[in-house]
Amino acid sequence: MEVGSGMGGTAAFDEMRSAPDGVRAPYRAIAGWLQHTPMTAIEAKRREVDAFYRRAGITFGAYGAVDGHETTIPFDIIPRVIAADEWAFLERGLSQRVRALNAFLADAYGQREICRAGIIPEAQLLLNGEFAPLAQDLKLPGDIHVHIAGIDLVRVGEKEFYVLEDNVRTPSGISYVLENREVMMRLAPELFARMAVRPVASYTEELLNTLRSVSFSDDGEPNVVLLTPGHYNSAYFEHAFLADEMGIELVEGTDLFVDEGRVYMRTPRGPQRVDVIYRRIDDSFLDPLAFRPDSYLGVPGLIGALRMGRVNVVNAIGNGVADDKSTYLYVPDMIRFYLGEEPILSNVPTWRGDRADDFKYMLEHLPEIVVKEVHGSGGKGMLVGPTSTKAEIEEFRGLLKARPDAYIAQPTLALSTCPTFVDAGVAPRHVDLRPFILSRRTGEVFITPGGLTRVALKEGSLVVNSSQGGGTKDTWVLGGRGGDTQ
Amino acid sequence: MLSSTAKNLYWMGRYLHRAKNTARVLESTQRMALQSGASEAGTVADIYALRTEFFARHPQGTLDDLVDFMTLDDTNPSSLVSTVRAARNNARAERNNLTVDVWESLNALWLDVATQTRLPRAAVDRGALLEMVTKQTTMIAGATQSTLLRDDAYCFLQIGSYLERADNTTRVLDVKFHRLCPDGDPQHGSADYYEWSEILACVGAVRTYRRIYRSRIEPTRVAELMVLRRDLPRSVHHCLWQVDLSMRELAETYGTRGEADRQAGALHAHVRYARIEDVFEAGLRPYLEDLGLRMAQLSDEIGRQFLFE
Repeated sequence: MEVGSGMGGTAAFDEMRSAPDGVRAPYRAIAGWLQHTPMTAIEAKRREVDAFYRRAGITFGAYGAVDGHETTIPFDIIPRVIAADEWAFLERGLSQRVRALNAFLADAYGQREICRAGIIPEAQLLLNGEFAPLAQDLKLPGDIHVHIAGIDLVRVGEKEFYVLEDNVRTPSGISYVLENREVMMRLAPELFARMAVRPVASYTEELLNTLRSVSFSDDGEPNVVLLTPGHYNSAYFEHAFLADEMGIELVEGTDLFVDEGRVYMRTPRGPQRVDVIYRRIDDSFLDPLAFRPDSYLGVPGLIGALRMGRVNVVNAIGNGVADDKSTYLYVPDMIRFYLGEEPILSNVPTWRGDRADDFKYMLEHLPEIVVKEVHGSGGKGMLVGPTSTKAEIEEFRGLLKARPDAYIAQPTLALSTCPTFVDAGVAPRHVDLRPFILSRRTGEVFITPGGLTRVALKEGSLVVNSSQGGGTKDTWVLGGRGGDTQ
Repeated sequence: MLSSTAKNLYWMGRYLHRAKNTARVLESTQRMALQSGASEAGTVADIYALRTEFFARHPQGTLDDLVDFMTLDDTNPSSLVSTVRAARNNARAERNNLTVDVWESLNALWLDVATQTRLPRAAVDRGALLEMVTKQTTMIAGATQSTLLRDDAYCFLQIGSYLERADNTTRVLDVKFHRLCPDGDPQHGSADYYEWSEILACVGAVRTYRRIYRSRIEPTRVAELMVLRRDLPRSVHHCLWQVDLSMRELAETYGTRGEADRQAGALHAHVRYARIEDVFEAGLRPYLEDLGLRMAQLSDEIGRQFLFE
């Protein structure tokens, strides 16, 4: 396996400082700003942001919100900058990847040509816990299954980007992208005046257009709703925020019912038909008649209405089969198979526990690598070799031996760093990036410039998840003229 | 709009006004204790039908105990902390149907109250807490009035708010009036100026009384002002008039009428055409109890008509 420069222990690439003269071109204005703004002024701005987030109730409950004790995700006020040419490259790669994932899902729940071509074993799909037999032969408007994708990217060098993970079920985080920008425009208008930062605010408009485009019915205005598990859900703020911005109803399962194969919402003036449901609850809770019978969150009969072509559910059901960590390995092959193109963005090289050679390598290199559960998420159930104690490593070795096929491993990437405001002043901290990609009925793709930058606030930490002490930054994609790396 | 939205806004209105009314009642009770030395903690507990619960928790039953019980006690569903939390949870579920101004002022109230609950009891300034709640709820009312869209959602918020206010005025008058006139006859009651003015203070009407009647405070007029005068914003008549107006607006918007509309209209007419002499002749207590019952029925009927469940 080819291991790139940013892998295996070398110093991390710093997005501001890694340049011959100490400041990369896209960061020149930021570097100047940091130099000329007194620390006390930055500290004051930081406190202002905290107060703003708390007052506005922009909160995130990592372990279920207990009222009065809801936490806010720490926001770092030093923006992360992406040059125009870097973004153009990422945009091409992301668009390509999402087009392939959509083609794959249509195929996986259709003829499964990719299995017949010998590229993905059929068992990989059919025996996958995320495979939804109820989605078989489901004909969706425009064949779109992934209307909203969040693709996690990491950077390890000047020109080296990798896809860490695809999220094509119910990716979250876009509300932070939009709110972070509002906050930055308030805090540092002088920087916006000096740099051509591409705006992000049109996301909700684009999302609404995307949702409206995939209604089955074309008589009259489609009624789109956002289905939330309710205000105890950790991402509830985002659900309410998006519904509000789009001007659509925010509904819970009990607001909806199915009658004669159609979905309706209850209103004081009687039932009103629903055409598209942007759901932010997992497949298994959507419909107690089709999935978990003990779910109170869903709508009985919803999947029946979906199969009859009466209501569309966004993202589609059964998408988990495409963003599973074991399917991830096949995405480059999907791009070649469905699009006849070479992948623009690379996967992180990955070892699989269910392959004897790979498994042997994993056991021998535990202190150097990152091991992840195939079905895990949110930074839980993983081992980061270099930052773990001997005891932790040995404990994980036991888990791994008990179920080799439940794990994959990757080299420890030296994620790029960005200047970040910490207690001791400004210091480099590791970051990743989750851009959000919308796919319309026509197959057109829209990508909001930038995305959510997550930052590991602890020195040396590579775990950026908000449930594990990560924060966020505003992400600035520079406009065409003068915004390139050179 | 969803039925659940209508329901949440209706209850947000009710809880918010319950908190506001409670703060006002506690403030005037405290003030009166300073002036006349009378401690009537038990009577105040009666307003909320919580006498048993209060003395079970505070056998001494002092006024400070009562204020603690009605402000920061989590186990009491009628305490300020409980009602503000309930209002805020209803609002949180309907953030997209509220303006930023309304949400932020309500959230700020919750954060302030929640902060107090975490202080040691000795460090809580009870007077300042009540003043803060009164001020902040007034801010919320202002934000509601000046920023909310006048649509059907607004009607439900109004109906909940005014029905709660009417109910509160009815209870305060019933309990406090009969403490001063145990047999219900205004001729046999206390003639203490401070005690009668305190009842008026509970609905913020001491000066209003003077403006309207230009006389000493008389028990019959206190009752008339609080129940039958349409121009006092906290009187039962005024509140039921507003409930009826909002119900009519909904009926116009939706193009249908139901049992709740009939009851709201009947209740409004009931207080609109009543005379205080007749009320006293039949007995103030039975009159107020009947009003309370009919308001509870109306509340249930609104839930049925607009599919709250």
